[in-house]
Amino acid sequence: MKIFAFISILLLPVITQAEMPITRGSMLALSCTGCHGTNGKSPGAIPTIAGKSAGYLITIMKDFRDNRIFSTVMGRQAKGYTDEEITLIAEYLTTYK
Amino acid sequence: MNPFSRRQFIKLVGAVGALSSLSACQFGEEKVIEGRVVIVGGGFGGATCAKYIRRFNPNIEVTLIERDAKFITCPFSNMVLAGLYGIDWITHEYTALRDKYSVKIIQDTVIDIEPIAKKVLLKGGKSVHYDRLVMSPGIDFQWDAIEGYTESISHQIPHAWKAGAQTLLLRDQLQAMKDGGVVIIAPPRNPFRCPPGPYERAGLIAHYLKQHKPKSKILILDAKDTFSKQALFTQGWADLYPGMIEWVEGSFGGHITGVDAKTNTLYNSDKEAYKGDVINIIPPQKAGLIAHKVGLVNEDGWCPINQRTFESQKHADIHVIGDACIGSKMPKSGFAANSQAKVCAAAIVTSLDGTEMPEPSYVNTCYSLIGPDYGISVAAVYRFTEQGIMKIKASGGVSPQNAHADFRRKEAHYAIGWYMSITNDIFDSFS
Repeated sequence: MKIFAFISILLLPVITQAEMPITRGSMLALSCTGCHGTNGKSPGAIPTIAGKSAGYLITIMKDFRDNRIFSTVMGRQAKGYTDEEITLIAEYLTTYK
Repeated sequence: MNPFSRRQFIKLVGAVGALSSLSACQFGEEKVIEGRVVIVGGGFGGATCAKYIRRFNPNIEVTLIERDAKFITCPFSNMVLAGLYGIDWITHEYTALRDKYSVKIIQDTVIDIEPIAKKVLLKGGKSVHYDRLVMSPGIDFQWDAIEGYTESISHQIPHAWKAGAQTLLLRDQLQAMKDGGVVIIAPPRNPFRCPPGPYERAGLIAHYLKQHKPKSKILILDAKDTFSKQALFTQGWADLYPGMIEWVEGSFGGHITGVDAKTNTLYNSDKEAYKGDVINIIPPQKAGLIAHKVGLVNEDGWCPINQRTFESQKHADIHVIGDACIGSKMPKSGFAANSQAKVCAAAIVTSLDGTEMPEPSYVNTCYSLIGPDYGISVAAVYRFTEQGIMKIKASGGVSPQNAHADFRRKEAHYAIGWYMSITNDIFDSFS
């Protein structure tokens, strides 16, 4: 028993930290990355959504949803989310730097 | 849910170790493995799932088994057919998955799976053990559906519905065709991979022909009476290629039942003949063959799953994602496979952690190009309900009819942006 305890102290388990959590916000925001790129950083023509404030993201998503601003596809996407979900998405996206 | 999960226990042990001021460097370290996941198939579904499992929990060992050294996407392969892109542009590497996300890549073919012993058997002779298995085998063809159309005939009359050599074969045939020739495209009945794909193909081939062989025609002999984004495609064909594309619906003789490869002639059930200079038969489809061998399919040839976790209804601890699974209202698209793969990754990670997965959300956006500057799209947001994956009613829909040319140009621009982003989200391409 003493030997077992000794070995378990010597061989410390090494945990590597996750790159992203599994939360309701992150699960919703996963839908963004298929068009906006991993972590919201787009390599092409679709705008990058990393590095924006939550307030900006919430306002623009609601504006898309309620047809207050022009969009090609975002209006159709934004209509799939409630106010609460838009807030969760925006708050999670702000963790993308 | 376990009140005290294995992961939490290991974290506590780690914390106690740190408090004792013992460093791993001094005494050696044991890399914690919180589960072994094996993924079969490195396409839109499988490769995404591998990356996201590692991002959610890097202490889970992920092995990706893929037959080919590189992945060539079906999305944008119609642009290659039209000569607008080279095949290299749609070819992606597993380098980032291997080096950045530490996914073990095995290039081999899966010959069988033992669901009780939890083992994947490889053609090379090895076997790989799993705690959870993800199957993302894509599609195979129902070779008995069209008389005379066999796998060996497909090397003469391409399907080009798996990108790569088949794409190049069809492209080369189009380039060799004389001006004034007839190109026939024969799309299958539902369900099949990429519902708007055959019609995008017609438009982009027309774009090529209009510039190089303007007297040529395209005939679409369809097994169906309606198709995806039909009104938009029809409008786009009329705008860009008036009189060049003719579509024959299934009920009016379009449903092809036989082919004579010697004379390049297709036949419908009334024995009416259609002769083409270049023929593209897209046969009816089913889940990838390995899913059949393992017994993951239903009587229709597709894999029934729990649509919240993507776990097979046929075997425990096996998940099926992408084109092979029955994703309810989601189409068989690369985008849907990417979305499903992330939900499946979260389901597996939380299951191995002994925690609850939050409510999943799914999405799909399919861009189609009718010409290089003429894009259209269909989109939807989905949630899991008692009826399975259902579209949020208010969400989605298709691009507006009669939109200004600038709107179509913007969507074409975003289609290319989407391709770069999604392959970035899977393979870290274009980064």
